[in-house]
Amino acid sequence: VSSAVREIVQEHGRLAVDLTTLPDDASLYEAGMTSHASVNVMLALEDAFDVEFPDEMLTRGVFESVAAITAALQKLHVQAA
Amino acid sequence: MTSVASDRDAAFLASIAQIADDVARANSDDVDRNARFPVETIDALREARVLSAFVPEELGGDGVSLRAIASACFELGRRCGASGMVLAMHQIQVVTIVRHLDAQGADSFFHDYVRSVASEQRLIASVTSEVGTGGDMGQSIAALTPNADGTASFEKQAPTVSYGGYADDLLTTLRSGPDAGPGDQVAVLTRKDQHALEQNGTWDPLGMRGTCSPGYVVRATLAPEQVLAAPFTEIMTESMVPVSHILWSHLWMGVATDAFDRARAFVRAAARRKPGEPIPAALALSHVMRDLSLLRAEVRSALDEFLAEDDRERMATMAFALRFNNLKLAASEQAPRVCQGALNVTGIVGFKNDTPYSVGRHLRDTMSACLMVANERIHQTNAGLLLIAKEV
Repeated sequence: VSSAVREIVQEHGRLAVDLTTLPDDASLYEAGMTSHASVNVMLALEDAFDVEFPDEMLTRGVFESVAAITAALQKLHVQAA
Repeated sequence: MTSVASDRDAAFLASIAQIADDVARANSDDVDRNARFPVETIDALREARVLSAFVPEELGGDGVSLRAIASACFELGRRCGASGMVLAMHQIQVVTIVRHLDAQGADSFFHDYVRSVASEQRLIASVTSEVGTGGDMGQSIAALTPNADGTASFEKQAPTVSYGGYADDLLTTLRSGPDAGPGDQVAVLTRKDQHALEQNGTWDPLGMRGTCSPGYVVRATLAPEQVLAAPFTEIMTESMVPVSHILWSHLWMGVATDAFDRARAFVRAAARRKPGEPIPAALALSHVMRDLSLLRAEVRSALDEFLAEDDRERMATMAFALRFNNLKLAASEQAPRVCQGALNVTGIVGFKNDTPYSVGRHLRDTMSACLMVANERIHQTNAGLLLIAKEV
C-alpha cells in the first residue's frame, strides 16, 4: 500500500523536495504540500483504492505523511495493492 | 418525546431504510419504464406493518409519530418516487381518519376499520378530484344518495385515482346529499367489496408512472356509519390539506435529494479521475446545493410548525391555510428545479436513462408536483385569502 501511496503523493502532492528522499513518517506539509494539493491527493487515493474518506477522516493529520495515509487506508480496509 | 416513542420511531425508520435500499431501489427503473405498480415495495411495507404505523397502539398499530411518517416518505422517495407517493397518499388517509376518530364516538365503524388496517394491512386510496369541478377539492358534484333500505350510494367521475386498481379501500369526497350545495361535503370510506371501479382511459404519463392513476367511474353502496362524522371543513383544514402538503413535499424532497446525490457522485468521479484539473460541473453543483437547501429549509420548517402548533383552533385560521398552501407551492416548484440543476451538472450522462447518474426519472417525477392540486388553483385560493387575512 505505501508504495502505491508514494506514487500518488509524488504525482499530486506538489512537494518542494523529492519524495524518494523522505522517510514514510516525514511531514508532507513541511515538504511543501499545500492543503489544495492534499485535496488532489485524497481524490487520487479514492480513485486508486476505490474508497471514500468519511468526513471525520478529512483532517490534516490523516494526510500528514505517507505512513499516516497508509494507516488511514488500512483503517478503510484497503488490502495491500 | 419519550424514549419509548423515539425507539419506536427509530425501529420504524430502520425498516423503512432497508425496504427503500433493498426493494424500492432495485425496482424503481422497471416501475418507471413499464408504468407498473411498485408491488414488491408495497408488499414489503405491508410485511413490515408500515401501512398501520400511524395507527395508535390501542387500535393495533405502532403509534409512530407524524415526523417519522414524513421521514419515511422522504427515504422512500429517494429510491422510488412512485413508491414514496403511494406511501404518502395512504398515510394521508390514515392520518386523516385517526385524527378525527373522536368525532365518531366510541367503538364506531371507523374504530373497527382502523383496527382492520392494522390487522390486515389494508391499503387506502383517495377519490377526491372530480371531473367538472375544475380541480377544486372543496367542491363536489357527486352526491351521497340515500336508498330505501337505509344504505346510501354514490357514483363519482374521477379523473385520476392513484393506485385505484391496487387499493383495498377508498376514501371519497362527495356532496353530503342530493340537495346539498357543491361545498357541503362529506368523506366516506368504502371497502373493496362495497365499491366498483370502472376504468376510463389509460395511464401512460410523463412521471410518477408507478402510481397507476387512471380515471375511473367509482360506484359504491355503504352504510351511513361509513361517513366521517367530523365536519368536512375541519377534516380538510386540520388534516387532509396540511398533512398532504407535508407528506408530499417530503417525498418530493427525497426525489430531489437523490438527483442531487447523483450529480454530486458525478462530480466526485470526475474529480477523482483527474485530480487538480478544473471541473466546470463542480460549480454547477454548488447552484444545485443552494436550491436543495432552500427546499430542505421550507419542508423541515413547515413540519416543525405543524407539530409545534397542533392546535386545532389555530388550524382554522387563514394564516395557517396560507402557510401550508405556500409549502406546497414552494416545494413543488423547488423540487423539479433541483432535478433540472442535477441534469445541468451531469449533462448527457444524466440525460441517458441507463447510467448511475441518470436523473430523467427524478425530473419527470417531480414535474408532477405542481399538478397535484394545481398550483394555479392554490394561488387562486391564496389570492382570495390575502384580500381579507390580516395576519399572514
